[in-house]
Formats: sequence, C-alpha cells, structure tokens
Amino acid sequence: MSNPVVIVGASLAGMNAARTLRLEGHDGPIVVLDGDSHRPYDRPPLSKQILSGEWDPERIVLAIANEDLGLDMRLGVRATGLSLADRTVETISSDGTEATLAFDGLVIASGAAARRLPGSDGVAGVHVVRTLDDSMALRSDLEAGPGRVVVIGAGFIGSEVASACRKRGLEVTLVEAMPVPLERILGAEMGAVCGRVHVENGVDLRLGTGVDHLETVTESDGSQRVVGVALTDGTTVAAEVVVVGIGVSVNTGWLDGSGLDLENGVVCDNTLLAAPGVVAAGDIARYPSERFGEMLRVEHWEHAIAGGEAAARRLLAEKRGEPGAIFDPVPWFWSDQYDRKIQLAGRPAPTDDFAVVHGSTDEFRFVTLYGREGRLVGVLGMNRPRHVIQLRGLLETGSSFDDACAKAAEL
Amino acid sequence: MIVSLWPAAETEKGTDMRVVVDFDLCESNAVCMGIAPEIFEVRDDDFLYVLDENPPESMRAKLEESVQRCPKQAISIVED
Repeated sequence: MSNPVVIVGASLAGMNAARTLRLEGHDGPIVVLDGDSHRPYDRPPLSKQILSGEWDPERIVLAIANEDLGLDMRLGVRATGLSLADRTVETISSDGTEATLAFDGLVIASGAAARRLPGSDGVAGVHVVRTLDDSMALRSDLEAGPGRVVVIGAGFIGSEVASACRKRGLEVTLVEAMPVPLERILGAEMGAVCGRVHVENGVDLRLGTGVDHLETVTESDGSQRVVGVALTDGTTVAAEVVVVGIGVSVNTGWLDGSGLDLENGVVCDNTLLAAPGVVAAGDIARYPSERFGEMLRVEHWEHAIAGGEAAARRLLAEKRGEPGAIFDPVPWFWSDQYDRKIQLAGRPAPTDDFAVVHGSTDEFRFVTLYGREGRLVGVLGMNRPRHVIQLRGLLETGSSFDDACAKAAEL
Repeated sequence: MIVSLWPAAETEKGTDMRVVVDFDLCESNAVCMGIAPEIFEVRDDDFLYVLDENPPESMRAKLEESVQRCPKQAISIVED
C-alpha cells in the first residue's frame, strides 16, 4: 500500500480518527489536513475559558496532538475537491499552492462553520465564535471594555458567550428570535428555566424578537464599525461588540459534485461509511440512528470523539473485508453558564412528556427526564452531573419513562 | 512519508497504575464515573472522588477510555 489515509479536518473527530487508525494497527501513512493553521485544539473552551481570559490558547491544544503518532500534519491546507473515481483530494494551502493528494482511505471530518449575519462581513466589532482566531479576536474586543455586548441567539454558544461577558463584568443584551430560549431542544418549560438563569445573572434578555439590521458608522479609513443592533420589535440596542450565535452550516462545499450524498451533511450508512473507502465523522456526518428512529447529525464534543474512532474502525474493517460496527451512541453534551452546568443526554423533542425527578428548577439544580410514547428519550440536568451520567445509562440500555422516573427517585 | 508505529503498543503492560486527577482542571462532568464507576465517583457536593487510586490491571481499558473522554483532559495514568 502506497497511498495514505487522508483525514480532512484536524479537530476532535479527525484527530481521534488518526489516533484510532494507529492504535488499531494501521502502520501506513496518514495525512491530516486542515484549513486552520493552529495546532489541533479543543473547541469548548473557545466560548468559555478562552473568552473569559482564564486560559491562554496553548492550554487548549488537543492532547492527541502531542502524541507521537507519526502523522503527516498539513495545517493551513484546505481541501477544495474530491474525486471518488480517481481517489484523490484537491487541496490549496494558505500560500495559494494547489495540490492533488491520492488516498487509499478518506475520513471526512471538515466540520461546520458559524453562520454569519447577512451584511455583517467586514464590519468591525461583529464576531462569531467557532475557531481559535474567532475567539481571540472577540476576547481582544472584550478586553477593551465595551459599554455593552449584544449576543444574537440564545442557543448554547450564545448563552456561554453571555456568561463569559458577565464574568468580565460587561453589560450584556441577549437576543433570541423564539419566545423561549432552547425550546426546540429542551421544550418550553425547561427552556424558560434556562432563560431565567440569564436574567438572574444580570443579562438583559430579549425574547421573541429578531435582528432587523446592524447600526454602523464609517470610520476615517472608510471601514464600517458596529454601534448598535436594531431589533424587529422596533427597539435599538447600542453596543460596541456584537456576537452572532445563530448556528452553523456544514463544510460540504468542497464535496459538491463529488457524487457523495450531501444533505445537511455527508449522508452515511449506519456505520459512518459514505462511499467505499470513504467515511465521515463529527459535525458533518449524518447517519441513520436506529435508537432514535431518524437521521442524526450531532454537533457534540463526545460524539466527535466517538465518531472519529468509529469511522477509523470502519475503514480498517473494510480493508479486512469485515462488516462495520453500527454507530449509534447516545448523544450527550454539557454547557457551562455562570455557575451552572447544564447537561443533556439523548434527543428530546418539544412535544415530549417530561418530569422533574430530582431537585428544583427554582434552585437551578435539578434533573428532568423526557419520555415519548412511554419510552425514555432524554435526561436533562442542571448542576446534577452524577445523576445525568447515571441516568444516561438507561438511555443506552433502553428504558420505559416510568421505570426511569422510579430509578431517578432512588439516586 | 512519515511512518512510525504507535508507541503505546511497545510500552510495558502490567506495571502498577496510579490514577492522577488534576483537580484544578476537573469540572465534574462525571464522564469518568459513567465509564469507570469502580474508580471515579462524583458525589452530591458535585466534586469528584477517586475511589481507587491504584486500580488493577483489568481496569486499564476503562481507565484509558476515561482519560480520552474527559472533557477537561484532567485525568492521567502514572506508571509507578
């Protein structure tokens, strides 16, 4: 074998795929490329410790990047095209050099990019938080001590940014288009509890209103700088810094025309195989989950690790002529906001039954279970990590909603 | 072309393992408890307690998984 396994994306999924390939016996070349020129890093701190200034960037280098795995790391090199017929990936490096890379196996882990507000490109003071450069640019603006920060979108990233800004003592307005934050994910009641956490921590929370446009001024050099946000409810909030947290779009542009099935991600089978010798992992992979009876594309930290490992094993199994293992872990993530830790396991929907089975939402310390057709489908905890982890096991094995509620009462 | 064998395959197995948690990093996500409840326990005070600092060799795989899955990279294994 002469051609390498090529891994596109040197973040959590890609690096775990590389590590697993090595751990499980692949001794041929592995090329890892990423348009981001920083050493592989961990993203959760970008909206937490990096923004608040508690940590410096060197603290978030992935431990895997320090392991001696014999990887051919090509950082600052972006994939621009894929030919399944030729088994090649087209690349361009930050200095503009184009190249063609032949592969024996391909791991697609090119992730997702933060969605931006239309018309905000090039406007100073407007930020997204997805990459280390994004986070450091925002941090620099926060260190200048702006009078107010407007955060657009009260999802988990927006909520964590609001929290980091409050930690710095900054005034924050958090704008959410829906009447309740996180309703689509947690349901109206639990979403409202999360909204109250912001209010308790001094955030000016504006619900049910969108952004009409950004107010900007023209600087002496002709560039634009944001000075406020005009909302669809007719009010305008003055702000020197605006952070946009309105979700992500998957980085599938380089795969257009490749013949891969692209529909809100790279569509894989239930073993993460997208085409012979081609697997996907992390935010970009969309696969059928038998556990939840739907196609899933999961943007969680632990899912990226599990997906990277599973994708690597899938390639190795294919090579040995063995069937692949089914990939269907229980999604799980955490979000740190102020002094609260929110953890969610499973895949609840706003229409699910739910019950607070432990603690109290008034004290922001509780566990809520979600049920659908009598079956446990989600576990939400606020400052109850032990309970969430223990109850997550019931999602893995499968449990009725009633049994889970009874079990929770014993914890 | 860079080719090297994964070094862990060469390391000696069967030495005494010691679990080390950096409690300045640990933020009690309790992931380790989910993987290896024999070794890790997050209690009602939300702090992590290491129940067995010198787990038997049979726990190595679970312990290594705990190291990899810790969101804060706060766990390490020291071979004494």
